[in-house]
This record gives sequence, C-alpha cells and structure tokens, in this order.
Amino acid sequence: MSALAPVSQVAGDPGIHPVASAPETQKRSWTAYLLLLPGVLWLGVFFLLPLVQLAAVSLQSRYPGFPGYYYRDVNFSNYAAALTDYAPHFARSFLYAGLATFLAFVIAYPLAYAMAFKAGKWRNLMMICVIAPFFTSFILRTFAWSQILADEGWVAGTLNFLNLLPGGAIINTPVAVVAGLTYNFLPFMVLPIYASLERADPRVIEAGGDLYANGFTTFRTVTLPMSMPGVLAGTLLTFIPAAGDFVNMELLGPQRGKMVGNVINDQFLAIPGGYPVAAALSFTLMAAILAMVFLYVRRFGTDELV
Amino acid sequence: MTTTSTTGQSSPAYRPSTAKRAQLWLASHFAMLSAILVLLYLFLPVAYTFAFSFNDHGKTNIVWQGFTWEHWQDPCGVPGVCSSLVTSLQVGAISTLVATVLGTMMALAMVRYRYRGKAASNVLIFVPMATPEIVMGAALLTIFVQGFSNVGISLGFTTIVFAHIMFCLSFVVVTVKARIQSLDPRIEEAAQDLYASPVQTFWKVTFPLILPGIAGAAMLAFSLSFDDFIITNFVSGNENTFPKFVYVASRRGIPAEANVIGFSMFVLAVLLVVGAQLVGSARASRTKE
Repeated sequence: MSALAPVSQVAGDPGIHPVASAPETQKRSWTAYLLLLPGVLWLGVFFLLPLVQLAAVSLQSRYPGFPGYYYRDVNFSNYAAALTDYAPHFARSFLYAGLATFLAFVIAYPLAYAMAFKAGKWRNLMMICVIAPFFTSFILRTFAWSQILADEGWVAGTLNFLNLLPGGAIINTPVAVVAGLTYNFLPFMVLPIYASLERADPRVIEAGGDLYANGFTTFRTVTLPMSMPGVLAGTLLTFIPAAGDFVNMELLGPQRGKMVGNVINDQFLAIPGGYPVAAALSFTLMAAILAMVFLYVRRFGTDELV
Repeated sequence: MTTTSTTGQSSPAYRPSTAKRAQLWLASHFAMLSAILVLLYLFLPVAYTFAFSFNDHGKTNIVWQGFTWEHWQDPCGVPGVCSSLVTSLQVGAISTLVATVLGTMMALAMVRYRYRGKAASNVLIFVPMATPEIVMGAALLTIFVQGFSNVGISLGFTTIVFAHIMFCLSFVVVTVKARIQSLDPRIEEAAQDLYASPVQTFWKVTFPLILPGIAGAAMLAFSLSFDDFIITNFVSGNENTFPKFVYVASRRGIPAEANVIGFSMFVLAVLLVVGAQLVGSARASRTKE
C-alpha cells in the first residue's frame, strides 16, 4: 500500500524520475536470499515466534487457587470468556475506532487534495507540517488534548455558553476519546490519500469538467474513485491502531466503559493470572483486523501492500 | 444571487459584486483554506505543549498559573526525566541503525530480484504494520518472560531494542522500496556496460541514488522508536524511556520539564527535515545547471 512512500520524498530531492522497474530488469540470484535472510530471521524471531507463544498462552489454564500460575493445555474457554465477558469492550473499540476513522477521512481528504492539486511550491512545506507534530511525543499531545477539552478550557466553555453541550463536559466522555483517536492517527489517513491523488493525472479530472460535470459530480465520479486505493489504505492504517489503542481512553476517557486495549493492558500488566484471557483477547482482536486486511488483499493484491 | 446580477448589470463592463467575488474566491480556495485549518488543528496540541513548558506550576501542570523561564533553564530538574531521555535516544539510535541496514537489504532484494516466495515476503513485511501494537507488545512480553528469561535475557534495555528493531523494519522496507522503484534501472545497466563490477555499481551508482530514501527511512524509524509507548510499556521492565516517563507522570500531572524536552525534540526534528529538504533541492538545482 506504499502508504508512507511520500515520507521518503521529504528527505529526497524532487528531481527524480519515476520509472517503474520492468520485470525483465530483475535478476534471479542467490543474492536475493542473502539480502533477505537477516531481516526475515529478525521478523521470524521477534514477530512470528512471539505470536506462536501468545497463541499457546491463550490456550493455557490456570491452577485453581494459584493466581499467576498456568499449565500447558488446549483450553478454549479463554476465548469464550474473551468473546462473552468482554464483548462490550470489543464493541466500543470498533465503534470508537470506526467513528474516528470516518472523521479522519472527512478531515484528511481536503488536506490531501489541496496538497496534491493546489499547493504548488508549498507542497513540501505542507508535507513537513503533516509529519512535524509526530515529533512531539504522542502522549504529550494527548495530554494537551485533555487540557484543551477540560471543563475549564475554552472549548467546553464556548460550547456550554452556547448551550451546545448536553452533558456539560467533554473530557472523560467517549466524545473526547473519539476526538483523541481522530487526532492521533490523522496523518496515517492523509499520507496514503495524498500518495494516490498525486499519482492521478489532473487532466483526467479536468476532462470531467469539460464534459459538463459540475464540481461535485466530477469529484464523486472521477476524483474519489481514483483515490480509492489510498482511502482504503488510510482506513486500515487509521482503524488498526485506533482499535487497539488504550492511551486515549486512559488519558481522555471515562472511568468506566473502557476499550479492549485497556483490558489487555490491565490483564497483562496489572492483574495477576490475567495472561491467558488477555492473550485470547489479543488474538481475537488480531483475527478481526486480519480479516479486514484479507478483504483488502483480495481486492488489491500483495504488491500494492508494501 | 439576485442582488449580484443587478449590481453586475449596473456597471458597463461586467464586474461581479463583492459578495459574488468572495463566493468565487471561496469556491476556488476551499480546499486550500480547509487544508490550512486542518494544519492548525494538527499543531494545536503542540502549541499547548510549548505554552505549558512556561507554566509556573505547583504540584500539577494542568491549569495555567503564571509565566516562568525556570523549566527551560534546568530541563533536567525533575528526577528521572533526563535519564529516560538518554535511554530513549540510545534505544532510538541502535534500533534505527540496525533496522535501516536490514530493511535496506530487504528492499533491494524485493525490487531488484526475482525469487521464490515474493508474495510471502510481502506479507511478512506488511503484517507487522497491520498488527495492533498492543498485540505485538503482548506477544513479545510472553516470549520474553517465558522463553528469553531462560537464556539470561530479562526485560530491560536489550528487549526494548529487540522489539523496536522489529517494528521499525517494515517501515524502513516500505520507504526504501518506494525510492528504489522510482530509480531508472538503465542507470545501473549503463554502469555495468562500462565494466563496473556489481559491487562497484552498487556503491558508486545505486547507493548514492537511494541514499535520500535511506535517510528518510532512518528518520522515520528513529521517530517511531523515540515515540513508541505501547510496545515499550510491555517489554521494558524497570527501564524508563521518555514516553513511559511522561505516561507514568501524567497520572499526577506531567512536569513542565517534560514539555521543554518534548518541544525541543520537535524543533530539532523540524530543523533536520527542513535542512534535508534544502540540501535536496540545492543538489537538484545543481544537477540541472
């Protein structure tokens, strides 16, 4: 999904000519395997192997009466607990992440569009501006949101003054969580949409106007379909981290009604004996997300992936 | 709309009214205006972080209490903040170096060679990017605690570096791959025609051309590593990185010294990116001359 391709251009010189490497220039040699080997080994040991271990843990059983001790087992009751006891947490995670993804799309599209077609010489500067906030620690920025949305802050103050805030507060509500998720993962939506719009030929969009389509019709029937791969990539890149996040809920959200990320985090790090259920929860979350990715791969293949 | 047409007809040369012109101007600049609003929104929390680095706060740095230079004069004044920063910088440097070397090698293989299992390697690169951080953190914790501790590796600096190299790797591959794909393979063929050996071709031709992509990838890897909290929180044991320090502190209010450090890193990174841009465009204009 070449989602982060524009990032390389930030540091790169702009005068490079895109030439797709034709298949006949590719060589066949053992060198390829030598080049791949260290990276593949690293991912094998520190990505695949841990997942296998996590799968084993998700099937372990507890010793009754000894919290924190497990024995090797094939016990699917952890998954049953994950799916029944924590169903509301999953629902909240997917709902909040879905809302945040939609809002990010609405906010990101005009920005990506302006960068691709309107920015001219300001394009690189705008790209830097999209990435730059990333360099301030995301926990500091999320904490800043808790100050911005606080009851004494100007946002809640203005809304309360206009009687537009039914509950009287934003902070410690799901609204604040969705706002935080939208903000934190917005660049992941902007960059792929920008990358796909930049590849589009602006003359095709002008042709829409020449054929007497109005602005909105041109956008709906020409521009939006052309940017669809970017929109889908951005949706995945925003939804996935948002669905697994627990920091926004912890810093901005209510005390009760947490997301699945909070449960996994607490079960692993705070509650003795929580490993098996937390592992089952992790796998269920990953399965749901891989199902989404699989649909994407069916549609666009693996070459567009990376 | 009716008012605009009447005023338009009143003058001999058609001149749209102010309202109409404002409307046209808005229509043609709508995308740019909303883009600027979105950028301001992106920078709002950064501005807050900056402003509250000057807050003369007591126990908690949540509400504005008055201006002071104090925190900028002594950013290390709070115990733990600078040692966690040093840890983060060390982890970032090592992870970036290893991930950039391994990732560039993989990207070269994936673009320049045909080999069996290409689809599998694409998936292996992609899946870590599509896995929620919390799942990776949890998986690493189980294997570090239940497997690696048997060979004498306990949670701490080493396990953080192992994990960071892993999740930076995919992003390096994607970024460098994009750069190699944009290269004209005929340049390398020309070098070979001029009797350069494959090794010479790589170091004299290919490497300088993809270097900007590698630099971009390294910068991305460093920022990912430096800012990571979720995975680090699982695999760090008692070791404190800067984001972990900030998160733990956030329960009782983040000290303004952390704001000073966070904002300084932001300024440093922006200067670095802008500098790289200037060097890049200077080089591009030189080659045109």
